[in-house]
Amino acid sequence: MHAIALDSKYGVPTVAIHTNVFEKAVQSVTRMHGMPEARYTFVPQPVMGKTAEQLRAYVEGKSPISGRPVMQEVIEGLTRPAEGDRLRAAQFKRSTPRLLDSDTDENLHRLFLENNWTDKLPIVLPTEKKVAEMLAHTSRKPDEIAGHLRSNQFRQHWEFTVEKVAVNAVMAGARPEYFPVILALASSGVSARGSTTSSMAAMVVVNGPIRTEIGMNSGIGAMAPYNHANATIGRAYGLLSQNLQGGSIPGDSYMGSQGNGYAYGSVTFAENEERSPWTPFHVQHGFKPSDSTVSIFTGCRSTAFTLGVREKYWREHVRNMLRGMDAHSAPTFLLDPIAARQYIDRGGFDTKEKLIQWVYENALMPAGEYWDYQLIQNYIYPRATFGEEPYASKLKAAPDEMVKMFKPDEIHVVVVGGETNGYWRIMGCNYQKTVSVDAWR
Amino acid sequence: MADGGNGLQKLSVLNPVGYEPKITPKPMARRLESLDGKTIFLVDPRFDDSGLFLRQVQDWFSEHMPSVKTKLVEMSSVYTKDDPKTWEMIKTNGDGAIIGVGH
Repeated sequence: MHAIALDSKYGVPTVAIHTNVFEKAVQSVTRMHGMPEARYTFVPQPVMGKTAEQLRAYVEGKSPISGRPVMQEVIEGLTRPAEGDRLRAAQFKRSTPRLLDSDTDENLHRLFLENNWTDKLPIVLPTEKKVAEMLAHTSRKPDEIAGHLRSNQFRQHWEFTVEKVAVNAVMAGARPEYFPVILALASSGVSARGSTTSSMAAMVVVNGPIRTEIGMNSGIGAMAPYNHANATIGRAYGLLSQNLQGGSIPGDSYMGSQGNGYAYGSVTFAENEERSPWTPFHVQHGFKPSDSTVSIFTGCRSTAFTLGVREKYWREHVRNMLRGMDAHSAPTFLLDPIAARQYIDRGGFDTKEKLIQWVYENALMPAGEYWDYQLIQNYIYPRATFGEEPYASKLKAAPDEMVKMFKPDEIHVVVVGGETNGYWRIMGCNYQKTVSVDAWR
Repeated sequence: MADGGNGLQKLSVLNPVGYEPKITPKPMARRLESLDGKTIFLVDPRFDDSGLFLRQVQDWFSEHMPSVKTKLVEMSSVYTKDDPKTWEMIKTNGDGAIIGVGH
């Protein structure tokens, strides 16, 4: 992506070197950005953790993709004139037909599966009748633009209409009355199928009256597959993300090395506002209690859990959990109402904000360890070296000095659970935004 | 719906795929006739030890093409952000660039 800008916008002949697992992704990105002749070569994966000698062998070796010497491809990339053939081939304009060719139920199911339009589980075929029933539950017009999505910042946005969202909602098995929630998710601009090697998933928290209107679960088993609305809204968010952003295909438009099981349902649940001792999440973010909203988090790779908030050592227990989290993904506390009330009893946290402040002050790590994490090196260290606060100040700490792992505005608290016990967990994830559901009714 | 004549009913269903953005072709920079005496910037996106890798590329040029001047520079921030100041600097002071290891 940077190579394309440097080459086309600044007029500097540029060659990009990638690792071989990104072959298809590189081809796709360069084509979509209008430079299919962009110059690149490949070295073996990984580069991370290799010795100087091993990296030298990469440089002196051959591309695992083309079988040609890496440096020969680098030098040719800087000197060989453009041919233009592949560029001309890329100048086609595509439009997506509204209807597929009619076929049998069995053949259509196979088509959807083979085209990577599903999550590999059976779907409901989006017939015109079912899609019309879905569309009847919003005042928005079918051909209205509902939003734009892309799988990461290096790819271009795709566009979609309200009807396209309805098609994916039907496929997920959602009932028409859930449609405003699904439209709100689609309009967010946040993909539940982000392509990052770290294997992200999304988490969706629903607040306000819509929770009870459509029978969402905020109690026993809220985050598990026991509620139709929770399950199918989360599934619809995943399907619409992959289909409306231009795909989510491993090795091409999805690069998550291990994958993430949370992606099946995008951890979709309602906050237990009725049993929470605190302000609902959406009210914390500027909405009225009577508003219906969806709040989206991304990441969801790391979790820690425990039972209760113990009288004697609760502080140490929580600090241990925080210290074990991925230092780059901020903590969101998912508390059963029993645990929420215990936090009030133990720490006097009569607001979520007070608990968040305590977490901010107690999520600590020696500076040397913090800065050595690869994710911190990749994403925080460069920002610190160019003066961005609070990272720049943190960089001045001695290696054994304790530094704060997170910023207070990155830490969140949501109450969920059915009080069968005081279990709670920390989800490592980044809050993205809260979107109105009412705007899509 | 229509009957295929063999007892298998045919269904009409909607396409679930979104609309692809129109591709706007971008011009490529004119390539160099030769690297002799040219200044090539090696751009480190600061991702997964990419700087260590580029130092090996720099050593390779020193040994095999000593007439090529190489300058190793780091991107100003994380690789996910555009870096126009660095690109302008390379345009002013360089003849070509190698970015690696990309992600």
